Parts: sequence; C-alpha cells; structure tokens
Amino acid sequence: MEQVLSVLIWALLLSGAFFLVSGALGMVRLPDVFTRMHAAGMADTMGAGLILVGLCVYSGANFVTLRLVLILAFLWFTSPIATHALAKAALSGGAEPYTVGAGDGGTDDGAGEGGGAP
Amino acid sequence: MNRVLWLWGILFALWLPLSDHYTGLFLFFGVLACTIAVFFGARMGIVDRESVPVHLVWRGIRYVPWLVWEIFKSNVRVARIILAPRVRVDPSIVHFRASQRTDLGRFIYANSITLTPGTVTTGIVGDDFEVHAIVQEEIDGSEENEMNRRVSVLEGEAA
Repeated sequence: MEQVLSVLIWALLLSGAFFLVSGALGMVRLPDVFTRMHAAGMADTMGAGLILVGLCVYSGANFVTLRLVLILAFLWFTSPIATHALAKAALSGGAEPYTVGAGDGGTDDGAGEGGGAP
Repeated sequence: MNRVLWLWGILFALWLPLSDHYTGLFLFFGVLACTIAVFFGARMGIVDRESVPVHLVWRGIRYVPWLVWEIFKSNVRVARIILAPRVRVDPSIVHFRASQRTDLGRFIYANSITLTPGTVTTGIVGDDFEVHAIVQEEIDGSEENEMNRRVSVLEGEAA
C-alpha cells in the first residue's frame, strides 16, 4: 500500500513537472505573445494542478490537503482572468497576432526566435 | 437574505481550516470577521446571484470533472505541438456567438475557454466571443460547441 501510494505520488509530481517544463519550452519555441500564452496556460493548469494533487495524496486526509485544494481552486479561478487581461492588453497595445504565412517563411522554420529543439 | 447566510457560511467554512485553532477566543474572532465582511458586503449591495452563485453548486459539481478532463486533453495536445521536432502552429482569432443569457454564464464560459490551453478568450461584446486559438482545429471542433452547451446547462433556465 505504502509503495503503491509513493509510486502514485511520484507519477503525479513528475507529470506535473513535465507540463511545467513543456510550458517553459513553449515560451522559447513559440513565435509571439499570444501563442506563448497557451504555453503559460499549460503550466497554470496541469503543471501546478498535478503537482498540487500529488502533494494532496502525500499529505493524506487532513486540513493541509484542504488548503492545497483551496490553492488549486483559487489558482484555477484567477489564472484565466490574468491571461485574459494580458491578451486584451497585448491586443489594445497593438501587438499583431502571428499568423502562418505572414511571418518569415511560414511553419517550416519552427517559427523563429529561440531556435529549434534543445 | 438567504444569500447573506450562505455567504457567511462559506466564509466561515473557509476561515476555519485556514485558522485551525478551536479555542473560544479564536472562534469568536472568526465569527466577528465573517460577520463584518458579510455586513459590509450586504450594505454595498454586492451579495447577489453573481457574487454568491450558490444556485450553480449542484450543476457545477457535474460540470467541473468534465472541464478538468477537457483541460487535460488540451494540455496533451498543446504539449505535443510544443515538443514536436518542428513547431507547427496555425494561430487565428475567431468570432462566434455564445448561447449563455447571463453575464455570469458568459464569464464561466470565457474562463473555461481560457483555462483550456490552446484557446484564450480575448474579448466579449454582448454574446459575441473573440477567441485566439493556437491551431485552427482547437476552435472549430465540436468540443467548443459541447462546452458552450454544457455551460448553458450549468447556467440553468432562470436568467
């Protein structure tokens, strides 16, 4: 039982970390502010979510778990509002959304800044 | 009045586990803090269907697991785009009409769209939604209609 639980915790923490790293990588690889927001959304939702759920399993059924659930709830309520505000500010600030074909060379060069795979 | 009591109960239920002290003095402080907060809220006239949407709780319990599953699926799709050897994005901004009748319903729908990676709500005017999608398929699939329908169900019939 102990071992099953610790495997589950590790799986949750590692997959959370996987989404955090993917989000960070997306920050570098994606072409503009709007597409990068989608990568940031991954870190907000599954990255933080899976890690917090992993910590909930680790801490067991007590008030610490309840507090972790509250952190998750507030994070999921507030992060889309922040993302929306950022998108709206970028649009009204005159940021041009990247579109395929409008950029230099379309999809095939991995969309520019930051370069290719690590 | 009913909503005021609900708000007080929710605030106290939130305060209790965060405090985790059960002596008379601390409980008194908690009761006092909640009462003052609710009193000012009621005095400002902001305790209404939008700020205390207790009428959505039961239907919300059915909506949230579906939303979490959608968030998981779109996370995997966006992760595949980012981790592919060549990043192939096809971003676009699309407009469409949402079927919710209340501002609260639109708020929930807009937040659900933003919460699923790959789509971000960039603007709402009336029932006209402006959404940025990382690839075209994220937005013109049937899943977006399904989310629209489910939020309308969550919103309920009474406006």
